[in-house]
Amino acid sequence: MHGLINRSLQGFVQDCYGLETWSKVASHAGLGFQSFEAMLTYPPELTEKTLASSCAVLHKQRDDLLGDLGIYLVSHQSVQALRRLLRFGGASFVEFLHSLDDLHERVRLAIPDLSLPPLTVTQLSTEEFSLNVAEGLPGFGMVFAGILRAMGDDYGALVMPECFEMEKGAAVINISVLDVSFAKGRDFDLAVAGG
Amino acid sequence: MSTSKPENISLPLDLISLVLPMHIVVGDTGEILQMGTTIEKIALAQPNMPKTIFEFLQVRRPRISNSMDQLKEMQGRALSVVLQDDDSVSMKGTLVCLPNSGVLINLSLGFSMVSVVQRFGLTLNDFAATDMTVEMLYLIEAKTHAWKLSKDLSDRLENARRIAEEQAYTDTLTGLKNRRALDQTLDRLTHDGSPTEIFGLMNIDLDYFKQVNDTQGHAAGDAVLQRVAEVLNKETRKEDLVARVGGDEFILLIRNCDDLNLLESIAKRVIKGLEVPIPFEGEVCRISASIGTTLSEYYSPPDSDRMLSDADLALYASKNKGRAQHTMFSPKNNDWQPAPGTEISPNAR
Repeated sequence: MHGLINRSLQGFVQDCYGLETWSKVASHAGLGFQSFEAMLTYPPELTEKTLASSCAVLHKQRDDLLGDLGIYLVSHQSVQALRRLLRFGGASFVEFLHSLDDLHERVRLAIPDLSLPPLTVTQLSTEEFSLNVAEGLPGFGMVFAGILRAMGDDYGALVMPECFEMEKGAAVINISVLDVSFAKGRDFDLAVAGG
Repeated sequence: MSTSKPENISLPLDLISLVLPMHIVVGDTGEILQMGTTIEKIALAQPNMPKTIFEFLQVRRPRISNSMDQLKEMQGRALSVVLQDDDSVSMKGTLVCLPNSGVLINLSLGFSMVSVVQRFGLTLNDFAATDMTVEMLYLIEAKTHAWKLSKDLSDRLENARRIAEEQAYTDTLTGLKNRRALDQTLDRLTHDGSPTEIFGLMNIDLDYFKQVNDTQGHAAGDAVLQRVAEVLNKETRKEDLVARVGGDEFILLIRNCDDLNLLESIAKRVIKGLEVPIPFEGEVCRISASIGTTLSEYYSPPDSDRMLSDADLALYASKNKGRAQHTMFSPKNNDWQPAPGTEISPNAR
């Protein structure tokens, strides 16, 4: 498993619940180290263990925690990178949704050894979309539902994602875009100083 | 019924801008007739709104003079263009001559795209859907992040490597250098090929240390060894090497020194320092030291093995003389006993 995924989970626990809580998770999971390295690769079972330990230490349901992780990844001030990179997908939330078809390829261009499940977007009506998450990374659908909710806020759209998990980590996310002019979104500068 | 290809197509400006938001139509005298929405943003940000193409842009490559005739000859060529007012804003361009008169120039951002987008406040909507500039900006940003993560990782690994290396060369109990560090330094000093520096090698063996260990216990022994390290560090300079090479055996390399009197006085101070009773849990531990010393100047070529064994010879002479002594190795008679007045005779061997 790519270290970025484990590191994201660690960042979420650390930034939202404190370093001490993360230390408890790390020892509960029997990691044997204090910090994941974003650019190293870890055995897949370590991710599951860390996730289970996070749920146990935080007394949270798995699905809730994964959804919160998704929201954190986009909206927390300490991680601006993902939010910015996702905003390159389009000038409006609907354009952004359509750009998710290319997300798999985009990620591969940026970090060749990070393989995320491909996403397929289908527009059902003006307001209804369906996002298919391919199998391979259990929990990714739940995380992505959180990401979509937070990206909606970012664009100023009211978005209701609902995730249904399938076998082998695949998932379907139903998305209602209720009002694309719900609120003023956050600004997005195409280029920022220092890259 | 067959369809025939149209000879010419005409499009209103706002529609051309959808596919070519960075185009400029130039009349026969160089006047700017129309501009795409994105290039217009850049033009509007100029100190004076340019009226002619030559007031606005300068073709860098190929080198041409500012005339419409020369410009027209560039049809289909790859152009490198900068702003007339700021040559740090570079663009790529190509042009075609229009059927009746004038030329159509189409531009895209060059390598300065990051700063250009920033400076002119360009957004996702300013680029044609076919233009890969936005993808480039995405990639630059994503790669910068990934590169930084990798850089941070290598910095941490380098730091860990340094610490591991430091530990590999350090005696954990005393914090002094260990045998490996001594061997490496000696190797450097004797095999460098460069004009070698002269240094003293001092072999120190603690006296009565075994008794401390046997009667007062290993904890007392450890405390004594730590005190020894303090004394040795105090009596040497920072550039000298102090190594613990055995249980109660130490070697000092006194760097850049050919002064036998200085070596003698260092040895005396070390012995004196070590004879100060060392308090441990309400009792005191008493030790001393025997020392044997040799000088790199005596060996040509420098030979670390012989230096170590000659210092050892001198050390055992100190032990034989009744301990708590310092003895210089003498190259003159190849033994510890110095013939009076002949201690310094480097050419003797």
